[in-house]
Order: sequence, then C-alpha cells, then structure tokens
Amino acid sequence: MTKKTSIRMSGLGGQGVVTAAHILGSAATRDGLVSTVNPFFGAEKRLAPAESYVRVSSDRIFERGEILFPNVIMIFHPHVISLGKCYTMPFFAGLQPGGLMLVNGDSAPELSQDEREALKRLDAKLYYFPATKLALEVGGTDLATNMAMLGGLIEITHIVSWPGITDALAERFGGGKFVASATTAALDDALKSKYEKISQLLEQNMAVMQAVGPTIKEVTF
Amino acid sequence: MPEQKVVAPEFMFTEAAREEQFITGSEAVREAVRRANVDMAVSYPITPQSESMHLVGDIWAEGYIKDYYRGENEFAVMSAVAGAAMGGVRVFTATGGPGTMRALEMFPTWVGARLPIVCAFFTRGINSPLTIQPDTIEMAHLLDTGMIMLHAEDAQDLYDMILKAFIIAEQTEVHIPVGVFADGFFVTHTRDKVRVAPADIKLPPYKPYSAPVPVMDMENVPFRQMRDPFVMKSNYVSYAAHASWQQEVLAAAERARPFIRQYLGGLIEVENEQADVLVLAGGTAVCQSREAIAMAREEGIEAGLIKIKSLRPFPGEELRALTAKAKAVIVPEFNRVGWLSRELRNVVQNPDRVVAGPRVFGGMTMPPDLILSEIRRYARE
Repeated sequence: MTKKTSIRMSGLGGQGVVTAAHILGSAATRDGLVSTVNPFFGAEKRLAPAESYVRVSSDRIFERGEILFPNVIMIFHPHVISLGKCYTMPFFAGLQPGGLMLVNGDSAPELSQDEREALKRLDAKLYYFPATKLALEVGGTDLATNMAMLGGLIEITHIVSWPGITDALAERFGGGKFVASATTAALDDALKSKYEKISQLLEQNMAVMQAVGPTIKEVTF
Repeated sequence: MPEQKVVAPEFMFTEAAREEQFITGSEAVREAVRRANVDMAVSYPITPQSESMHLVGDIWAEGYIKDYYRGENEFAVMSAVAGAAMGGVRVFTATGGPGTMRALEMFPTWVGARLPIVCAFFTRGINSPLTIQPDTIEMAHLLDTGMIMLHAEDAQDLYDMILKAFIIAEQTEVHIPVGVFADGFFVTHTRDKVRVAPADIKLPPYKPYSAPVPVMDMENVPFRQMRDPFVMKSNYVSYAAHASWQQEVLAAAERARPFIRQYLGGLIEVENEQADVLVLAGGTAVCQSREAIAMAREEGIEAGLIKIKSLRPFPGEELRALTAKAKAVIVPEFNRVGWLSRELRNVVQNPDRVVAGPRVFGGMTMPPDLILSEIRRYARE
C-alpha cells in the first residue's frame, strides 16, 4: 500500500478536473505503471464541485471510489477552499502524513491557526502557483488551467514522465476516438476553436505545463 | 455493417487473443455489445447514470446494431425491449437507480414471458434526498422478480458478464432475462485496464425458434396467455396456469446454474477460504474487501474472501458449505438495508456468525479501513 500514490483533485465543473485525471492516468499507464481514474460529481454543471481520483501504483489496484486518504491533493480553484466547494471539509481532510497539496492561486490560501497546526503535525507541504493566470498568458485560454495543474504536479512529484504526459495529451485531444458527454464535448470544441490546429493545441498545452516550474511557491506553517 | 466473423461463444470467451484497453466501465459496455451480435437496443440515456447507452447508440451509428432508438422513459424502454424480444431478436438495454424503479413492473413480466433480455443495471441511490451516486439498494427490489442477477466487480467483469449473459439467457432450458449489475461511478466512470477480444468477431446470432414459448413473429400467433389472459376466462384455469408456470419460471433460473458455472467459473469466487474470518461481498464491496484483506495480512491477520457473482440463482449450498467452520462472516454493503447479509443469514448454519456490516449508502465510498476494523475485531475473538 505504501507503493501506491493516491491523488485527489478538487475543482469546479468545467475546469477540466476529469480531463486532467484522465490524462494523468493515461500517462502513468504509458509509463508502465498501474492506474485507475474515476471522477465524482453531482449534476453535470459548470462551477459545481467536481472531483477526480487518480491512483497510481506499481501493483494491481483494488480500491475504488473516492480517495479518502490522499497522498496528494490538487485544488484547481481557490473557491474549493474559500467556499467549501469540495466533498470533504476541510479541503485537506484525510491527507496522509508527509502529504502534498497543490493549490491554484495568485496568493497563498488563507488558513486558520487550527488548520496550520493540523498541517504542521502532518508534516504536509503546501504549494501554490497561478495556474489560471499561466493558462491565460501562455496557453491563451483559462481552459488550460488543468494543464498548468498537471505541470505543477509533475514538477513537484515526477509521478509521470514528460514523454508519457505528451503522448497522453495527444491521445486525449489528437484523435477522434475519445468519448465525452455532451457538456464535455462542447468544452472540447471550445478549447479546439481557440487554436488553428490540433498540433498547436498540444504544443501550447505542453508549454503551459512547462511554464509552471519557476512560479511555484511553498507555504510554511 | 462492419465485417465481423461469427465465432463460438467458447472461442470468444477463452481462446480469442485479447487486447488491453485503458477504458471506463461504460466503454467496456460498448465493447461487449459491439461483439454480442445484438439486433436491437433501446435507451433512456440519463447521463449521470452513465454514458453506456450513448455509446451503444454510437455503435448503432457505426452499423454494429440493426436498430436503436431512445424511448420516452424507462418504463417505455423496458416495454419496448420486451416487444422486440417477443418478436425473436436479441436485445440490450441499461438503466439504474430511479430508472430501475420506474420500470419495475416490466422485470417480472419479462421473466413470465420467458424473454432472454440482457439488461445492465448501473446501481445508484433511489431514496430522497436525491443522489446520482452509487448505492446497491435497487438490487433488493429485484431479488424476487425471477430474473437472473449477476454482479460485476469491475469493468472487466462487466465486459465479460454482458457477453456471457446473452449465452446463458438464451439457453432453451433457461430462457429468462439476465440483469448484469455494476455499481455506478465506481465501475461505469472508472478508467481501468480491460482486456477485450478483437472487434472483428461476434457471438452467434440468437435463434428465436430455440425459445421454449412460440416466438411472436409473422408466422406465429401470440402464445395462449398473451392473446387471451386466463384470468379473463376462468379462475380455475388461471390458478392452474400459475401453479405450473410460476414454478417453471423458478425452475428455469435453477437450470441456469450449470451454465453460470460453465461460463463464469461458478456462482462465487473464493480466496483463502480456510481462514476463520471470511468476508462475503459483491460488486465494489469486493474491491474494498480485497484491499482490507491485504491490509490485514500486513498486520499478520488472515481473512478469506467470498466474491458473490450470481445473486439469482443464489449460491446457497456453496455458501453453507464454505462458511461451515468460519468464526465470523463479515458482509460489507453499499446500501442501507443490508440485503446481502439477510440472504446469507437465510442459508448458513448458526446465522449469528453473520456480521451485517459495515455499510455505507447514499453514494459514499466505503473506506477499506472499516472492513479492516471488523476483520481485526473477529480475528481477535
């Protein structure tokens, strides 16, 4: 069980939490690891809480469903924390000792004294970076926020390889085979319409991921 | 129509080379139906339940299914597939949660009419307050409809069970519907490795004239009770018909046992059955139990696992024998009522040994730690 990394992604509907998890799981599989990916959401609605769970391991994974005890928590929108738009309260409930948190934000998330103490006891690490800002500046669209989040994850954890993630991205957006619900398909179309060619979409998204590194800041408790 | 070669079921299930795909449970449904030589599918595709019936519509568009349409509601869908099956074609549909409840009237009707329909049920909460998330409570309502009920653990099981369900359902001596159950989200929305047979092979077509009741096509008049219900003529005849026919329908499910053993390798699967503490589970509860048992082993505690694959027919004799020496049988469930523990209590000796829990419901994920703490408690006693 120690060989397994459990990643919980919390965000808002439309931010690409499900897509990010899909690409990450696919990349892990390409890297020769075992992965399961599952989303959890209520009604399929923009800005409603949406979560995805990615388990990555060297061995077969049995456990299913929500990740209650994550090693890594990724927060795609500051409102997940400030408005409680997630499936657990506080947002880091269940975080394992030595766990990591990656938060999308221009500034450090506001934490209460109790929360700081709890995180310190866990020996947790909290990083933040302006994922949406980078998505807009480098990728030309806030729809690439999820790519920036993945970039931050790879930068900090090296959980998957850059070639693995490049291939997974090409598979998700390159071919015509991917099956999505109507709302996801509409977002895909919106994303593709921002770029002249699919190859441009892939390059820009990779650029977003790789731009994250220098912007990562750590919060100390 | 895409070119597909008809192969023997045994070839499809065991010998055909398999390709590993990283797909969701819903996509596994599509891949099973693609290879199942389905004539007609009818859907009421409520999205949160799963994308499965959208995907079946996609393969209809590709030419793998002869006919497909969207019904106006679940009751209409279940009625429509009944009509199609009576007409002698192979049909598939899927539903879940409130959809199952809305269509409930049709399930015993299918069984009584001896229709070999395969329906997938993606379980979801049915109570108010509303949830679209997984809960197996609807299965409690279906235990006595007379249909065969198979419970898939993961997307691989779901793929295999759907294909095998057609072959089991269509045996002349069986010829009743099969419900293939999988937990919504935990299976339908989860992306995992699934090994599938090549897409250019398919099962042999359904032979409608192998049915134990006359097929209602242009050659045959509707069978006796369809065109002229007994109860409208004579109570005596009606009671006599029920006395024999209801038993015959139950017997048909009993006659499915050897086919379930042949194609699914048994009604149950067992690991480490010598252990004092056993865990009995179906669906996602099996996954969580596997994890809990592995965690217990790291602590030096041995526990066995019984995975229940067929709920109807129920593996009563197998369970009675397997649990004979166990100190405790823990039954974790994803529903409030604990229907699986009730089923087990009815068949085992000394039913006080059945631990009716832990349970979660309303869409919650069961932490393996909850099962682990029960294993610890009974292993120590």
